[in-house]
Amino acid sequence: MKSGRFWAWVTFAVGAAYFFIPLIATLEFSLRMRRGTYSLDAYRVVLGDPRFQATFTYSVVVALLTILLGVLIVVPTAYWIRLRMPQIRPVVEFVTLLPLIIPAIVIVFGYIRMYGSSSPLPFLANARTTDLLLVIGYATLALPYMYRAVDTGLRTIDVRTLTEAAQILGAGWTTIIVRVILPNVLIAVLSGAFLTFAIVIGEFTMASLLNRPAFGPYLQNIGANRAYEPAALAIIAFAITWGCMSVIQVLSRFAPRPANRPN
Amino acid sequence: MTDLSLSQPATAQKAAPPAKTRGMSLPTHWLGVAPFCLFALMFLILPTAYLVIGAFQTEEGRFTLENLAALTQPTIVAAYWISIKVSLASAVLGALIGVAIAIAIVRGGLPEWIRSATLTFSGVASNFAGIPLAFAFLATLGRLGLVTVLLKSVGVDLYAFGFNILSFWGLTLTYLYFQIPLMVVIITPAIDGLKKEWGEAAATLGATQWQYWRMVVIPVLWPSFLGTVILLFANSFGAIATAYALTGSSLNIVPILLYAQIRGDVLHNPHLGYAIAFGMIVITGLANLLYIWFRVRSERWLK
Repeated sequence: MKSGRFWAWVTFAVGAAYFFIPLIATLEFSLRMRRGTYSLDAYRVVLGDPRFQATFTYSVVVALLTILLGVLIVVPTAYWIRLRMPQIRPVVEFVTLLPLIIPAIVIVFGYIRMYGSSSPLPFLANARTTDLLLVIGYATLALPYMYRAVDTGLRTIDVRTLTEAAQILGAGWTTIIVRVILPNVLIAVLSGAFLTFAIVIGEFTMASLLNRPAFGPYLQNIGANRAYEPAALAIIAFAITWGCMSVIQVLSRFAPRPANRPN
Repeated sequence: MTDLSLSQPATAQKAAPPAKTRGMSLPTHWLGVAPFCLFALMFLILPTAYLVIGAFQTEEGRFTLENLAALTQPTIVAAYWISIKVSLASAVLGALIGVAIAIAIVRGGLPEWIRSATLTFSGVASNFAGIPLAFAFLATLGRLGLVTVLLKSVGVDLYAFGFNILSFWGLTLTYLYFQIPLMVVIITPAIDGLKKEWGEAAATLGATQWQYWRMVVIPVLWPSFLGTVILLFANSFGAIATAYALTGSSLNIVPILLYAQIRGDVLHNPHLGYAIAFGMIVITGLANLLYIWFRVRSERWLK
């Protein structure tokens, strides 16, 4: 048992080295912009770059719209399936997993060919509708995570009793979903939302192939042309991912335990 | 209990307002999932089907197998091959290292905070992919990277040894940064699921530590391990951003080839692009079928 603990420490130390050395190296590299001394110049240059501000803002807006669209599609569907159509749940679950099977580049390739400017539904005909298509594409990428998060949240509440109670009080379907179900699964929805944000904010493939001025293509462009700024951007991106995951973890502490319900 | 009758579907429907149920019950049922179905159909299933059908069509729309046959040209075969190699290497290595770390934090007698810190970090690192990850590894193992420079100053010149971050091993090493944590996140619950009683039962029957591992732990973990390897494989097979930012187009993996094809029809045949996309779906689809199969087998033990 003594030697077991020793090897556990060795494994952990080697793993920790592999994961921390790149972070330290990147941080160190990002501070080296000014010759001979450490400085925050690379961060100053990056944060002051108007293209950084424009693309980052664009991606934040797209991410928020993606979350909104995802919630609009996933919450009513997951609720309805739990309430009335448990028999089609396996099918819907399979569909929500499809974005993990079909690579993003294939999905967006399909969009480009199907919704080109001469097609019956010309999403690509102008910039606004292309933005919309990007939001839709991101919502499909986030579908597996969003659906799982919401479905797990719904498992912890008694959907049927809540619905009946609301109906007895005269609530319609919209009221039930917005004012009864949504507040009860809010933590689960927020977890899905932050994960979506982390995935979408630096996404490259879809934004680049749809020619949108998003953060991902900007990152790629800086990476191909600059030396120190990419390292600063990597640290910023890591901090954003870290922030999203921390929020999810804090939220999970407030999440109710699953109730012992047959469904 | 009073709500017993309400949990019966038949009586529950009676409790709903009459207009919502009577006569309309079937259509309203389906109306509830209609937005989702429409969304999935328009933005997930039909675009993919469009490409799959296109892979079997000529420019004029007639059925053909020539596009698939054209996949055998050397550049495309080479692209598939290097993609499969990188995905397989990063999946297998990531899985083995991930399992070792998971066992160390669950079973190794390490302090509790190490376990929770590792799991938190794994959650972050498994989502830290794409272009920033490429930047981090360029700053570490690129020609001017910290590790490269430090090793050079003590007389070890990585690049003189033939190492290059823009190569098969460079890309594999980079992918491990999200593959290992993903393995840790997925496999830790499975290792937690190993019941203490099994170890005690084995010890009571006189099994050595090694026999316990060989005859209990490994057979129980095996399906979830293999299943996760396949998941990791699919995870890296479709990834493009990291490779693209790391190597530009110098390492010709399938997603990069497809990317170039979509941007500029480098293969001079749009339908060949469809065929490449179809090939990618076939590979990740097969991988996921295997995954589901292993998943079903592993759930027998981990209830």
